[in-house]
Amino acid sequence: MKHVWYVLTRVGFYVLAAFFATMFAVPMIWLLTAPFSARANLGVQLPDPFTLQNFANVFANTFAVRALFQNSVIQSAGTMLVVVLVATLAAYALSRAPIRGRDALSYGLVLFSSIVTGTAAMVPLFLMIFNVGLIDTHTGVILVLTGGLLPAAIFIMRDFVDSIPRSYEESALVAGASPFGMFRDIALPIVRPGMMVVGIWTFVNVWGGFFVPFILLRSPEKMPASVAIYSFYTEGGTPIITLTTAYALLYTLPVLALYLFVNWKYGFRFFGGIKS
Amino acid sequence: MAHVSFRSVSKHFGNVRAVDDVSFDIDDGEFVCLLGPSGCGKTTTLRLMAGLEQVTHGTIHIAGKDMTTAKPKERDIGMVFQDYALFPHMTILDNIGYPLKVRGVPAEKRRERVTEVARSLSMDHLLDRRPAQISGGQQQRTSVARAVVHKPQVFLFDEPLSNLDAKLRLEARSFLKHLQRELGVTSLYVTHDQAEAMALADKVAVMDAGKIVQLDHPLSVYHKPTNTFVANFLGSPPMNLLQVSFDGDLFKGEGFSLPTGPFEKRLQDVAHGDRLTLGVRPEHLRLGNGTWSLGGQAYAIEPLGPESLVSIRVADYLVTARIFGDELPAVEGHTELAFEPAHVHLFGTDGLRLD
Repeated sequence: MKHVWYVLTRVGFYVLAAFFATMFAVPMIWLLTAPFSARANLGVQLPDPFTLQNFANVFANTFAVRALFQNSVIQSAGTMLVVVLVATLAAYALSRAPIRGRDALSYGLVLFSSIVTGTAAMVPLFLMIFNVGLIDTHTGVILVLTGGLLPAAIFIMRDFVDSIPRSYEESALVAGASPFGMFRDIALPIVRPGMMVVGIWTFVNVWGGFFVPFILLRSPEKMPASVAIYSFYTEGGTPIITLTTAYALLYTLPVLALYLFVNWKYGFRFFGGIKS
Repeated sequence: MAHVSFRSVSKHFGNVRAVDDVSFDIDDGEFVCLLGPSGCGKTTTLRLMAGLEQVTHGTIHIAGKDMTTAKPKERDIGMVFQDYALFPHMTILDNIGYPLKVRGVPAEKRRERVTEVARSLSMDHLLDRRPAQISGGQQQRTSVARAVVHKPQVFLFDEPLSNLDAKLRLEARSFLKHLQRELGVTSLYVTHDQAEAMALADKVAVMDAGKIVQLDHPLSVYHKPTNTFVANFLGSPPMNLLQVSFDGDLFKGEGFSLPTGPFEKRLQDVAHGDRLTLGVRPEHLRLGNGTWSLGGQAYAIEPLGPESLVSIRVADYLVTARIFGDELPAVEGHTELAFEPAHVHLFGTDGLRLD
């Protein structure tokens, strides 16, 4: 009896697991099959007839191509660089300097950051960016996105810096390094995996973001891919599935490539060296 | 090589006095151990010396120069950390060479000097590896190599052996002592292990609650502990300390009394009825009866090979003897432990040694 019950619970568990796995897998499989089909619909099916014409049509749309390979890259990479640089320096300072209320500061910033890029702040943000003359510029978009992502990035980074024993830095100082030399030679390379995590996280966030560039940019030739994908909708507002999926597939590739590259080149691992 | 001097050095963290009015000197080439329980301020003293903490009061001189407020890099020191703190992203070559690199020594010369040091520590085959790829003992040596490579004036050691296993620790201890003699560099060494301090140091400074309670040669500290704290801290097993009251002819303790006969001179300032502490080291106790003996139920008998530890219960005390030879009393029997009055340490009501 006990044995039968065991088998039944195992079977039940696998059925349930398979159900949830399917829920997640089907849209991805669809994204891989639909772009290669001449007559794609919302169902998952083998491409029939198989074609690459969809991609040819996508590349013929210069507006969408520039959005993906130029504007999205500028905005994502730009924000990534600023966020990683500022977050690393800020997190290092917050972690190492004995500042009163630094925990409250970190938590408070994270709490408020959800407001910065949220709908509520959009009107004041728009006015602010308008007044400094950065409407319809990549710089404006990068600044606003940086403001929104920075608190969470500092929070993640600080947790990372906190976990690094101070004796690394102290041994560099005693060895004769200046504070700046110590930061450059020792602290920075050791927190690099954390910078990678924050960098990818920022990149992905901006890459998929729609609202901020949509509001702050005016001219079509500066729009990122998330906005440009609407150029594959009919005038009636329905998506042309073959083209949107082909564009969407291209849209996911850079993020995937970035992740694989960073993982191969640097790795997200954290290396030892402290004996405890 | 340099003379180091601490003058009335204090370090306060808020209301806590981690180091409290500490003064001492380390002569050129001398090896001094700071010994004490955790939280006694010994590591803070070392960090003040390294410049990793700023003193609250007092001055620190190294080689005659006032280094009280100098930055770590101006002090020309080499330090071995408890956790080694090897840079994980650098090879062993770059780790050892780092102090040379920040001093602007060109790469070629750096490699030469590092190889030379590594060879003398028989670890020149590891230079291309990273810290995570070598053993704990090798990491420890790397850390020592990094501390000596630039020929500093002073070595600082922060419990460098505490992360090694017992066998390796003894080996590394001999190695450190030999190396320090060979290089003749003034050294300050922090440890909570009394055996380590005794074995290594020219002088041991015993610290308690931020103060140095005794600073002397290891054997002097061992044979003439200045108070009950030092008596109890040095030696393994520690000195047997018994509370007694003095009544002229006898020391009266709970469940025993001993004649005061030979101690007249030491007791001249002691009043009748004073509470004193009487101490005997385990190795000065032997099995047997006499005027000077303590008796009680055997509590535990622990053969260690060359010697055995015999503990007996005397009222509330556990008195431990270190017995050489293989004739041991029966467990749970009545056992007498005798000693010579010459080996008795006496401490007054305030815990200070009576001489």
